[in-house]
Amino acid sequence: MTVIALPPARLPRIAVLGAGHVGPVIARVALEAGYNVSIAASGDPEQIELIAQVLAPGAEPQRAADAVEEAGIVVLAIPLHKFTTLDPSLLDGKLVVDAMNYWPPVDGVQEMFEDHRYSSSEIVQRRLVRSTVVKTLNHLGYHQLEDERRPRGSPQRRALGVAGDDPRAVDVVAELIERIGYDAVRFDRLSAGRLLEPGGPVFGALLHRSEFERAVRAEAA
Amino acid sequence: MTTTPPGAAPVQFPLTFGLDTFGDVTHDEDDRPLSHAQTIRNIVEQGVLADQVGVDFFGIGEHHTDDFPLSAGDVVLAAIAARTSRIHLGSAVTVLSSDDPVRVFQRYSTLNAISGGRAEVILGRGSSIDSFPLFGYDLADYEELFEEKAGLFAELVKGGPVTWQGKTRASLHNQDVVPHTEFGPFPVWIGVGGSPQSVIRAARYGFSLMLAIIGGSPLRFAPFSQLFLKALERFGRPPLPVGVHSPGHVDVTDEKAREEFWPRYREVIRSVSETRGFAIPTRESFLHEVGPEGALYVGSPETVAQKIAANLTALGATRFDLKYGMGGLSHQALMTNIELYGTQVVPRVRELLVEAQDRRSHRRDRSVG
Repeated sequence: MTVIALPPARLPRIAVLGAGHVGPVIARVALEAGYNVSIAASGDPEQIELIAQVLAPGAEPQRAADAVEEAGIVVLAIPLHKFTTLDPSLLDGKLVVDAMNYWPPVDGVQEMFEDHRYSSSEIVQRRLVRSTVVKTLNHLGYHQLEDERRPRGSPQRRALGVAGDDPRAVDVVAELIERIGYDAVRFDRLSAGRLLEPGGPVFGALLHRSEFERAVRAEAA
Repeated sequence: MTTTPPGAAPVQFPLTFGLDTFGDVTHDEDDRPLSHAQTIRNIVEQGVLADQVGVDFFGIGEHHTDDFPLSAGDVVLAAIAARTSRIHLGSAVTVLSSDDPVRVFQRYSTLNAISGGRAEVILGRGSSIDSFPLFGYDLADYEELFEEKAGLFAELVKGGPVTWQGKTRASLHNQDVVPHTEFGPFPVWIGVGGSPQSVIRAARYGFSLMLAIIGGSPLRFAPFSQLFLKALERFGRPPLPVGVHSPGHVDVTDEKAREEFWPRYREVIRSVSETRGFAIPTRESFLHEVGPEGALYVGSPETVAQKIAANLTALGATRFDLKYGMGGLSHQALMTNIELYGTQVVPRVRELLVEAQDRRSHRRDRSVG
């Protein structure tokens, strides 16, 4: 894709939902990529003020509803079992990045995600009927996400998969991934998100674009 | 992210060095697994040796599997307590979410009595989850269970009658919980693997912070030390120590330590990756973890000491626990590891940290003069 160099002010504002292991890391790398970022947990923003201040300086702690309202991209970085109790209407009309994983041996069995006809992000999409879901940022460890960033053109630059049904949404998210410091490998179906899930060919693996594409092709074949 | 080493501040707490084990089943000379019973008896010997070579702390991590049969570590610690007089003994970690805080307190205050005040508790989730189905808990409730039980545990360790109400166990009304501790509360830590909310929770309850760094760059935990200190300040609490728990293996040379450890490490992670989707380590990724930017402390006493000293400084920590052992290593290899850790690694780290302190104060003197 052609990346149009927009001034930072024109980049969409990002709301990161979740201030656990993953959320502050995503907030930090998005800030450093030039985005305005807010971060929200389930309760009062005061509860995560210190976390934001120390772990993602510059990210604005907000109530989830306020953060979402102002955002162009909402990143779901909450444990999957909390998603099952999240009010879907909170995310109506929003571009939602699903950075979550369904990983029963670690997090327990979630009935909602036991429907094997669908990838976990499709199940997220089926619940968020009035949102546009794109899957990414889920298959690299949160501790690696920061360390493994490389500038465009670096031979060490790694790839992240970006899967979604809406090509414009995939464009917007792919640009975020590219700006953070990864090659975005695009999939034009959300169902392809299955390739990015735990147990899939790229989960937890540090791969360059060509290795990534090869691993995914081998799996699809 | 800020990388200012918090360790540049004067050390407020004494340096302490521990050894932690998950009780991995050891193998005999023919590489056959020993029985659970023999593995446990060997761990008693390992704890006694740790005391003899001057290690400050010996910890046992709760697990409930065939590979890690240490489900009742406190009983093993009591046996070690009876044969030692100096070393502190504790859990590493106690899976509090699936246990009863009253029982945990009772067991460790009993250990505290037997050992003459040498008990410690590290609370956490640990790296495995086997206790949840075993005791009938739902992993989805993990956070709520931990939050509530940590709160009750904080009340219990203060001593005196406890009044408490919650959802996860029966209420307590002015309840005296025995045995009473002799010398005030024993040290309690929260083991944190990457959750900033756990860091805040430790500060809120006045527990010390144990950073469990088992993969990737130790430096990425530096902001957690800062978060902990700021949170303590916010809650109006005095500073508390920060510790580091990381896996490793020490032998006489780098090569010997690596060659012993690598195949065992690969095997253990491989078996874990089948259920959890982890990437299987390659020789390359292993060497990266062993290097300065990784989380493993594998090598000669000098190599391991240099890495411990560097990371304690960078993380503003004053306690280091080496998680020794890896499924299939022999009891003898573990005894060698323990001896080298106590007699060579720990004294060398102390020496390196004093040298670093001297260099800093020289710089300060020069800049003042």
